[in-house]
Amino acid sequence: MIVELGHFALVLAFLVCVVQMIVPAWGARIGDHRLMGIGEPAALLQFGLLILAFAALTHAYVVSDFSVTNVYQNSHSTKPLIYRISGVWGNHEGSMLLWVLILALFGAAVAAFGSNLPTTLRANVLSVQASIALAFLLFILLTSNPFDRLDPVPAEGRGLNPILQDPALAFHPPFLYAGYVGFSMAYSFAIAGLIEGRTDAAWARWVRPWTLAAWMFLTVGISMGSWWAYYELGWGGWWFWDPVENASFMPWLAGTALLHSAVVMEKREALKVWTILLAILTFSLSLMGAFLVRSGVLSSVHAFAVDPKRGVFILAIMMFFIGGGLMLYAWRAPSLRQGGIFAPLSREGGLVLNNVLITTATGTVLVGTLYPLALESINGAKISVGAPYFNATFVPLMVPLLLALPFGPLLGWKRGDVVAAMQRLMIAGLVSIASIAVVFAIMWRGPWLAPFAIALGVWVIGGAISELLFRAKAGQADRAEVLRRLRNLPRSVYGTAIAHAGVGVMVIGITATSAWQSETILTMRPGQTAHMAGYDITFTGVAPREGPNYREVIGLMQVSRGETRVTELAPSKRQYNAPAQATSEAGIHVALAGDLYVVLGDEAGDGAWSVRLYFNPLVRLIWLGTIIMFIGGAFSLSDRRLRVGAPRRSRRRIPTPVPAE
Amino acid sequence: MTRRRRRGVLISGALVVLAAAVGLVLMALSDSIVFFHTPSDLSAKAVPEGQRIRLGGLVAVGSVKRGQGTDVEFAITDTAEQITVRYRGVLPDLFREGQGVVTEGALEGGRIFRADTVLAKHDENYMPREVADALKEKGLWQHGAPPPAVSAPQPAAEKK
Repeated sequence: MIVELGHFALVLAFLVCVVQMIVPAWGARIGDHRLMGIGEPAALLQFGLLILAFAALTHAYVVSDFSVTNVYQNSHSTKPLIYRISGVWGNHEGSMLLWVLILALFGAAVAAFGSNLPTTLRANVLSVQASIALAFLLFILLTSNPFDRLDPVPAEGRGLNPILQDPALAFHPPFLYAGYVGFSMAYSFAIAGLIEGRTDAAWARWVRPWTLAAWMFLTVGISMGSWWAYYELGWGGWWFWDPVENASFMPWLAGTALLHSAVVMEKREALKVWTILLAILTFSLSLMGAFLVRSGVLSSVHAFAVDPKRGVFILAIMMFFIGGGLMLYAWRAPSLRQGGIFAPLSREGGLVLNNVLITTATGTVLVGTLYPLALESINGAKISVGAPYFNATFVPLMVPLLLALPFGPLLGWKRGDVVAAMQRLMIAGLVSIASIAVVFAIMWRGPWLAPFAIALGVWVIGGAISELLFRAKAGQADRAEVLRRLRNLPRSVYGTAIAHAGVGVMVIGITATSAWQSETILTMRPGQTAHMAGYDITFTGVAPREGPNYREVIGLMQVSRGETRVTELAPSKRQYNAPAQATSEAGIHVALAGDLYVVLGDEAGDGAWSVRLYFNPLVRLIWLGTIIMFIGGAFSLSDRRLRVGAPRRSRRRIPTPVPAE
Repeated sequence: MTRRRRRGVLISGALVVLAAAVGLVLMALSDSIVFFHTPSDLSAKAVPEGQRIRLGGLVAVGSVKRGQGTDVEFAITDTAEQITVRYRGVLPDLFREGQGVVTEGALEGGRIFRADTVLAKHDENYMPREVADALKEKGLWQHGAPPPAVSAPQPAAEKK
């Protein structure tokens, strides 16, 4: 009964979407406020109905109602409660339901908090948002209905893929989707702006917090996925430049560029045409990510069994929104008014450089991801593009970006003084150069470029600190004055500095772990001791253990450093009951200098086991960096300027779109 | 500077970056891509020894032999041809006889393939696409059907 209610709510949400798509936009066109006013209640109703649908599916999972095909295929009654709940989005149908739920959440947020938006803009935004939801609801209802029933009812479900039964992965999809779908707001605003033929600082002031929030979610989502891959997949790596990873990374990159260009648009009303294009492209890349992951056209180490028929449907959705958006852009963008002018060496110029480098880098990732697909369709050759390609293209583009990064916030708007900025960055520069020598002294082995990359990270962090100190007049005013100024700096300034410092921290982590990771594979007998990075690892044998829905063999490893015992690690090989599938759980010892990472391999005969040992120096800094970036975003989001809401538009009222003359 | 010249500076700057990126992409694509082959491809085409390739197919039933330490030897088959693969390391959890697999490495004398990577997968029923296509071409497997040699059910599990 509850399941039918959920299904019914889903169908109703679809119908509400139809109304929300047509009526407000029509009202905006003919200038009828009553019609435009339908957008808000419709958006809220749509959100309410989808909550109902989602709750119904969750209920079916929690009570293990195997009469629902989706629950039968992806759940099992012995699964712990948290994984029964996360199982709701741990499969195709449920995850698409989560997708539209988040889409509706953003639409509802516009309806609830958008009272200070111009009425026509709000109506058009809600219409566009509804059209996206409509497409995906249709997709769910026609090809992937999570509420389909099964007859006869099976006694037990098939269970969730065991590697998805994991705390980090339980929350990885919701964050990722909040990010992907959050960019739909930027898209809807861009389309609405194009329809009205007018965008201004107020538009940017609205788009920026949404983009920022989506970007923060996506940052955490990708970071969680990478962390999960690191400890769960047992290969000691954290990023593989795999198509599925790239699918989430490209919208993140484009979103990062969008955040920065929206700043220029908000403060200086410049880069309008470019910002709109970037808003369309960012969501297009999100849609493409959904397509690549859902359709299985690319072979990926993260791929799961998929149904190709669905791919075609998503491809159609993608083509419509990307093609439609770009066509509207080509038609209407020339009519947008030009904004303020600026010298190439200025804050705006710095942000343009940021945009040029990041979008180009996005382009190289896109080429590397789609090239195999293109080549195969041309001459049938099957190729794979892996890490070497991305290291050779993406990394060189990041170097000038990181070098230039500390200058940006120190340059003035319109016209910047590079010499003054250099003076302010003197100390950061010296510290960074000194760090090259220090790193060479500690790590003389390994690639010679690595110390320079570490210095780059130090430079970015130093630059962020220098900016704060400069704004607080450190070295000029007395201490009390500096502290007072530090307290009174706007939160957005802190947000920028913190997020940039996070980038620096991540760069250091990435460099250290890529350059100086050590790895050995060996066969160990009980009592045997291996050495790695100053640790002595003694294998004392294996023991069986029973889990709630699996059996496992754990390898007992005593870890010591010289005389002192450090810890005991228990890497294991698990055999899950439903579905019957094997996984490895790594044993990880976390220390300041890096992670000791132990994986139990196969039994090699007479008590010996193959064992893989890794030492990953400073690897935690990668995820720490993303957390710092998230915190920076949160600071910026809580800035008064954004909290109070966009100032009302006072000047000119342009009732109808002005065509290009 | 006039508006026009300022824009000129910005656009030429962007073009320089773009040109550099295109150069990097072309260079990287010419030497860091890896071709996929099936065992039959290897007999039909002459792939030079030492060139990095991906080899995919089904793990031949009964072919897995463990040697000294972590050495493993197994055969990859597309049912027409068969190639012996040597690998040192820990095999992925889902490596199983009769299942699809993709390995990366290079040919080394005769019909021996030295693999340094055996690609893992996340899902019991996931068939690497290249392997699936190769098997479909030979009419051995249809999409949606369980992989040959194993009769596992087919839930639509995935993530991300």
